[in-house]
Parts: sequence; C-alpha cells; structure tokens
Amino acid sequence: MNAFFTLVARDLRLAYRRKAEVLSALFFFVVVAALFPLAIGPEAAMLRQIGPGVLWVGALLASILSLPRLFENDWRDGSLEHLMLSPHPLGLLVLGKICAHWLVSGLPLVALAPVLGLQFDLPPDVLGMLSLSLLLGTPVLSCIGAMGAALTLGVRGGGVLIALLVLPLFVPVLVFGAGAVQAMQSGLGAQAHVSILLAMLLPAVFFSPWACSAALRIALE
Amino acid sequence: MSQLQVIALGCERGGRPLFATQSFSLEAGQAMHIEGNNGSGKTSLLRMVCGLSQAASGEVRWDGQAIAQVRPAFMRDLLYLGHSLGLKDELSAVENLQTTSVLAGQSLSREQAFQALKSQGLGTRAHLPLRVLSQGQKRRVALARLQVSQAKLWVLDEPFVALDGAAVQALQQVLQAHLQQGGLLLFTSHQGINLGSPVLQRTLTP
Repeated sequence: MNAFFTLVARDLRLAYRRKAEVLSALFFFVVVAALFPLAIGPEAAMLRQIGPGVLWVGALLASILSLPRLFENDWRDGSLEHLMLSPHPLGLLVLGKICAHWLVSGLPLVALAPVLGLQFDLPPDVLGMLSLSLLLGTPVLSCIGAMGAALTLGVRGGGVLIALLVLPLFVPVLVFGAGAVQAMQSGLGAQAHVSILLAMLLPAVFFSPWACSAALRIALE
Repeated sequence: MSQLQVIALGCERGGRPLFATQSFSLEAGQAMHIEGNNGSGKTSLLRMVCGLSQAASGEVRWDGQAIAQVRPAFMRDLLYLGHSLGLKDELSAVENLQTTSVLAGQSLSREQAFQALKSQGLGTRAHLPLRVLSQGQKRRVALARLQVSQAKLWVLDEPFVALDGAAVQALQQVLQAHLQQGGLLLFTSHQGINLGSPVLQRTLTP
C-alpha cells in the first residue's frame, strides 16, 4: 500500500508542478458551460432544461481531453518500465495512477459544476444531485478512459483514437448521469439513476486496473 | 546462493532471429559484460532477462525457478537501469530517488537519499528540479540508486555513457563493492572497464 500512496503523491506533485496541463481541461469545461447561456439567450425555462445535459457533456469532453497524458509521460521518460519492474502488483500501481488522475482532472469538475450550474438557473437540490452524479460518474470515466489510454500508448494520433475507443463506453455514464439530474429536476427522484451509476463504478474500479496492466505490458514489448 | 540462469534465450525481430540463442549462468559475485555491435540485440537481451519483454524462445531462471513464477521475489532482487532513466524532470533529485526506491520495494528516508546523492557529487543540486541538471548529472542521479539498492542482481544498460572520468572511476568502485558483497552484475558497455576481478565476456553475433 505504501507504493500505492507514494505513486499517488508523486502524480499529484507532478500535476501541481505542471499546472498548465491540468488547467487547460478545466478551462475548457468552464468555457463550454459559460458560452451556452450566452448563445441561447436568457430564457430561464430553456436554460433549466438543457443545463444538466450541457454540464455533463462538458465534463465528459473535459475528461477526454486529459486522458492522453495519463500514461504517456511515464512511458516517454521510462518510469513505466520501473512500474513494471516493481515487486508490487502492477494493477495496484495502475489504480494509484487512475486515482491521482481522477483527483486532478475529475474532482475539480465535481467542485466546479454547481457554480457553473447557477448560470442555468438550477435550484440548490438539483445542483446537489449534479455534484453527486458527477462524483459517481467521473471516476467511471477515468477508469474507462485509462483503458483507452493504455491501449493507444505509443500510437501516433493516439488522442483521436482514445476518443473513438472510449466515447461509446462513456455514453451510458452520460445517459444515467444527466438522467439523474433531470429526474431530480422533474421531481421523480433520482435513486434509480444513482444506483445504476454506482453499479457502473464498482466493476469499473475493479476491472480497469487489471485491463490497463495487460494493455501496458503489450505496449512495452 | 543467488543464481541467474539463461537457457537458450532467443529474440526475433521482423521474423528473423536477432542473435544466436544465448545460454549462460551467473553466480553470486560474478559479472558479465555483454558485447556486440550496434543493433546486435544487447538491450533486447537485457530486457528479456528482466522480464520486460517476452522471449521468442528459451527462459530465464532465478534461483532455479522461472522468473514468471517468482516474479515479486525476482523483482525485489533486481535493479534495471536502461537507456531511459525513469526520472521526472519536475521533481528534485531527492524526490526522484525516494519514489523510485519505494516503487522498487525499499523505503528510503530523505536523509539517506540525500547522502547517496552527495556521494555522487550532487550535494548542492539535490533539491533542484531535475530539468536544470545536465545529462551527465541526471545519469548520476539514476546511478545513486545503485548505492542505496539492496537488490542482488544489477542489470545495467550502458551505465558509463555520459559520465566524466571521475564518475566512471566512482561507478567502477560501486560495482566492485557490489560484487564483493556477493552481488551479480550483467552489463553492456562500449568502454574498457576494470572491475578488479575477472569479468565474463559474451559477444552477441547473428
């Protein structure tokens, strides 16, 4: 476990010292969410209706933006070889990298979303549900995205390929994530949607490190 | 006693064998120098010995067992230093050394890391981000791992590249001390190296 926390701490420290990379994805999210109300006009009912969808799509695209870097830097400077040669299970180390990636690129989206949601005139309970759905959904995006990043490691034009690979797998998360917020909005209660998001999260956290390890071993051959 | 056995290990590139299959064994306290022209497969051989890439044929055994079966134990006993150093430009030398040690299964205090870097002549630069160091200094940071490592088998790919005369001397002493303590050493180099004791030679030919 010590190696796991060391790796998380290392990646967080690296992200802190390379702020531009992290901030660009967040900036993208803010810009997308801020431009929609300006383009559509100040009609509150319309904004309330599209708000959850726009914010979820923005968060999803922002998390795709940050995916290619997940393993790429480690691969370029040879640290990935050291992870392979570690006596600790590779899956555990990969899980550490995914956790650090989510803390840096997923958690800020969860924190920013309610603030941006105010522009869409969303009431407080809906904003709460927006945060909760993102809190459950963005780790799934990180886990699925990590598999895409591991599979396309070292491929030229990998960024586009990752998007092609993972977008279809992101769709269910988007549907139930945005759906949870809309269900809350329409007064139906979002328990079912939240349960399904949770049901996606658990297998993703369990299987993704294992699949990533296999893909990374192939990439380093 | 630790023993590395390489049995009929073969490597293929583009469907053709890269070198004639290699069989050798290395006992505690022995060093082996792998020689060969550029592109003769030295790095590929070392990577296969470490288990980083799959061999086309043959197997590698550590203490009599295939490395895939004793992977965690083998990895704990192994230190591999390849062409890419696995260091992070944004972290300081001390931070780099500490993280790589923990990932290699051995915890290292800040003070121990600093002392190892100091003996590499990097005392004043140990807390600077690595990107401001020169190529040779970065290699010294990577080589500081050798001083703190408890691994028995060292696999070093061109360890003497980019080092100045004094650093080459110092590295030779570190390698000698490792062999005297019963360590095993497998390395490639294009330079003439003096380790004080006889070194097994192996030349890779197609």
